[in-house]
Amino acid sequence: MEKKHIKTMNTRNLCESAKKGGCGECQTSCQSACKTSCGIANQKCEKSNK
Amino acid sequence: MIHQYKLAGHNIVMDIASGSIHEVDDATYDMIAIYGQSSKEEAVRELSGRYEGVSDEELAEIYDEIADLALEGKLFAEDTFAPMAGELKARTSGVVKALCLHVAHSCNLNCSYCFASQGRFHGERALMSFETGKRAIDFLVENSGTRQNLEVDFFGGEPLLNWEVVKQIVEYARSIEKEKGKNFRFTLTTNGMLIDDEVIEFSNREMHNVVLSLDGRKEVHDRFRKDYAGNGSWETIVPKFQKFVEARGGKNYYIRGTFTHANPDFLEDIKVMLDLGFTELSMEPVVCAPGDPMALTEEDRKIVCGQYEKLAELMLEREKEGRPFTFYHYMIDLEDGPCIYKRISGCGSGTEYMAVTPWGDLFPCHQFVGEDSFKLGDIWNGVTNTAVRSEFGDCNVYAREECRDCWARLYCAGGCAANAYHATGSVRGVYEDGCKLFRKRLECAIMLKVAESSEEE
Repeated sequence: MEKKHIKTMNTRNLCESAKKGGCGECQTSCQSACKTSCGIANQKCEKSNK
Repeated sequence: MIHQYKLAGHNIVMDIASGSIHEVDDATYDMIAIYGQSSKEEAVRELSGRYEGVSDEELAEIYDEIADLALEGKLFAEDTFAPMAGELKARTSGVVKALCLHVAHSCNLNCSYCFASQGRFHGERALMSFETGKRAIDFLVENSGTRQNLEVDFFGGEPLLNWEVVKQIVEYARSIEKEKGKNFRFTLTTNGMLIDDEVIEFSNREMHNVVLSLDGRKEVHDRFRKDYAGNGSWETIVPKFQKFVEARGGKNYYIRGTFTHANPDFLEDIKVMLDLGFTELSMEPVVCAPGDPMALTEEDRKIVCGQYEKLAELMLEREKEGRPFTFYHYMIDLEDGPCIYKRISGCGSGTEYMAVTPWGDLFPCHQFVGEDSFKLGDIWNGVTNTAVRSEFGDCNVYAREECRDCWARLYCAGGCAANAYHATGSVRGVYEDGCKLFRKRLECAIMLKVAESSEEE
């Protein structure tokens, strides 16, 4: 159904990511710039085939 | 669970479990808020006549669109991830992939707000020897299993006080990475006082990232970041940072500042950083004991939240003008971001990430160094304090009761264990003051993505 009132952003499907995820190659959360507050949303997935 | 909010003219609806993000019109925004509480007819009747130019037929159509999205699993999706929470850490148990090397427990600045107590971490001044650093690299390689990407951060105190050893450690790691099948990514975190051409040349060749400490306005920076004679460091470091960044030629760097009770209006500091020519920026709320004169107050946090919104608006403006800049906490990768395992497993401190003191002792992360009860072991004998390792291994987003009802839980992964410990006495606690700011930053970060997407159309 085409949506006239809702615009959905392209996002990674988290449920789907459970199937192939968990390789552990991605950056450690606190290693880049903050060092005092954890967030993981800005991490990039390292797996080319997601 | 959904989270909906309005910011900078955008109506945003986040579906937490699926990770979906939607931009909607006013009527849809309100319909989503009442969806599921009554029948379609009742919902239409409730909103009827509220929106100019929106008929009841259209409200019914909106209801159907929402129902359709729910069927597609993009609205009101159920969070079924809890059973997976311990899985990633269990699967990778014993694997270490990142070390924070405290090459210098000493500093040439005497910043009163330093969580590391002027680099000494409540202990003696010390420099790491090359032998210890070399063993730390071997420890990392030996314990990294099949992980290829290994991260090593040169931290302190001030790592440039032990620069020769830093270079030796890098050279040693490079000499073995091929035969061991590893890829080292080094980061240098520095206050800048000792940057010279040789540091710049070596770092730009070898450091994947450099983190340069600058608080923004001269008077703000110099209030805390002084040498032992009491002189501010701004004048000394700014030209060095400018030269360093220019020579980096596009490689990763962050100008990283701290804001305190003295400057909750930190956007002014961001503007100074921009005026100095820096574009990769990070600005962090101070971490200190509650009641400390530098600690942010409730009033400050309100100001800070307003500043986060204005910062997002400034980013949009500058983007339109062709002068974009990056704010670390607004970087969010919606399409290629972390998988669900990462999102529920927490930051990895004490398991895949550890800090190494100048003496080779292992701690769960740099913020636990100096807390003797958290000592995990050392780089010669490995982790011997398995109780502490298990405590961190069991840390995940579902291990924290408060996180279960929080819409931001799959973006912060349960937050910082050190902040939780210092605020509540438990690594499984929640540092709510930090959470409030995190949620605000996340709302701004997602709004920026939505705005960019609207702009593209």
